[in-house]
Amino acid sequence: MASIDIQNVKKAYGHVQVLHDIDLQIKDGEFVVLVGPSGCGKSTLLRMIAGLEGVTGGEMRIDGKRVNELHPKDRDIAMVFQSYALYPHMNVAGNMSYSLKLRKTAKKKIAAAVASAASKLGLDPLLDRRPKALSGGQRQRVAMGRAIVRQPKAFLFDEPLSNLDARLREQMRAEIKKMHGDLKATSIYVTHDQIEAMTLADRIVAMHGGVVQQVGAPLELYDRPANLFVAGFIGSPGMNFLDATYANGNVTLKDGTVMALPAPLAVADGAKVTVGIRPEHVVMGGEGSGMAASVDLVEPTGFGIILHLSLHGLAFKVFTLDRAALSAGPSVHVSFPAQHLHVFDDKGDRCVAR
Amino acid sequence: MKTSLLPTIAHRLAILAYVIFALFPLYWLFKVSLTPNDLLYSEGVRMWPSRTTWEHYSFVLQHSAFPTFFKNSLIVSGSTAIIVTICASLSGYALSRFSFRAKYWIVGLMLLTQMFPLVMLVAPIFKILTPLGLTNSLTGLIVVYTAFNVPFATFLMQSFFDGIPKDLEEAAMIDGATKFTAFREIILPLTLPGIAATLGFVFTAAWSELLFALMLINGNNAATFPVGLLTFVSKFSVDFGQMMAAGVLALIPAALFFLLIQRYLVQGLTAGAVKG
Repeated sequence: MASIDIQNVKKAYGHVQVLHDIDLQIKDGEFVVLVGPSGCGKSTLLRMIAGLEGVTGGEMRIDGKRVNELHPKDRDIAMVFQSYALYPHMNVAGNMSYSLKLRKTAKKKIAAAVASAASKLGLDPLLDRRPKALSGGQRQRVAMGRAIVRQPKAFLFDEPLSNLDARLREQMRAEIKKMHGDLKATSIYVTHDQIEAMTLADRIVAMHGGVVQQVGAPLELYDRPANLFVAGFIGSPGMNFLDATYANGNVTLKDGTVMALPAPLAVADGAKVTVGIRPEHVVMGGEGSGMAASVDLVEPTGFGIILHLSLHGLAFKVFTLDRAALSAGPSVHVSFPAQHLHVFDDKGDRCVAR
Repeated sequence: MKTSLLPTIAHRLAILAYVIFALFPLYWLFKVSLTPNDLLYSEGVRMWPSRTTWEHYSFVLQHSAFPTFFKNSLIVSGSTAIIVTICASLSGYALSRFSFRAKYWIVGLMLLTQMFPLVMLVAPIFKILTPLGLTNSLTGLIVVYTAFNVPFATFLMQSFFDGIPKDLEEAAMIDGATKFTAFREIILPLTLPGIAATLGFVFTAAWSELLFALMLINGNNAATFPVGLLTFVSKFSVDFGQMMAAGVLALIPAALFFLLIQRYLVQGLTAGAVKG
């Protein structure tokens, strides 16, 4: 296992720069998730770590050794592809042992490694099958098996669960987490699914437009998003945003509602700000408490209820576990607890307390 | 689901009509090859002669230069098919996977070579081959056929390589393979249907080529089978029976060849490679 250092790394295709000065230190044994919308450069970064894409600028080190110019085969990393990329003309055992064969490992060792990986993943009865005779979940497992047989320096995952149905995805997610707990292998995992990111990661790297937006523990990104992008991307249903102005430790919404913040912010009085609140933090109350909002749509998810409201013409969402909300009338009253408010300045960055 | 009978019958009849239409010339070839010379003109048009004979076959095999033609054709077509397929595999892979500066121009140039009517090129090619001593030689034919078939075969192979997901060779490289090992051990085995198709295509093209064989070869020693067939046409008559017998015999290798490769032609080898 190894650490991975990414220093000032850039990537450009011709004149189009897709990654801007990425800095990231991944510790030995850490599980890091790169998350962001499609086109944010997360897969490109992963492929650069694997050596499948060249590095335009900056330096990349695996285990302290510069790898910028190193061929993928010499980097000693394993990768699980979204498409699984199993070799169709080899059976499961052949797929899993191919990397060891290329390294001229002794036959006995190969057999032992394949058998142990297969039993870990429950693939023992399938070793003679060709990929086309496997289900999606089984193929996924073989792809994982191919990665773990040879104990590489790091595991790279490129949206490995995207092609599975929801139930299987949940199950494999838990298995990946368990496997990481057992193997303690340095892992980098790319996904656009923020639930996968939240559940799997030791640290999340949120990316947007080829720039790292925030790096931190999952709950840190959830509780203290560094900017509007991270605030909107992490959490489902997504955070609500309202335009407001700041003055003297208070924010004033467009309709004149004044809300006191727990602490004064380091922004000038009269500055335009954006106030954010997560749907699950909005408190619904009876007549006379908070602001009146009309109910546009009620979505019961079984677990809870998502209410689509409109607050002074602005679309707004509330998530509640209270089933009474199902029978909510045409209008409800909502209030925003001050400790759950997030305030962002006009550049979209989080406002810090003064 | 209940399928109605009428459309099914109509469908089968249409296929039958097409098959008959396509195979009729072959049938006629076979029929004439079995018809004795004295009945050929005396019986009129009949679907089957009243008396059949194998004498044309024995004559062709024992008293004509046909075995030489046959051997020459086999050498020329086989060599051309193998050389072209090797070249086309490598160049098709390069066009499919690499981006390089002159790619656009190379593709354009290859297309350009396909635009000329071959007749135009006979004289210049003859002029080039004569000082090299490649006229009247099988090697010369192989060189010319290879040159003419490589561009199209390259495009054919390229389309097969395009159909193989790039992820597969990337996975192989991460598993520890060089680019060439990945090509040899992962991509090439998956391209077998494409290779078979290219082999088959080039083999039949070379097998039936007449124009260059006629222009570059004289005399029986280096003549290929299509040229040899013309020796059955003499100044005053055409030996139809022998010609047709030779034709039937010439069909055999092509038919055998396709029988051998048809397994690869119909097989979808990449099934199960990626996704569900």
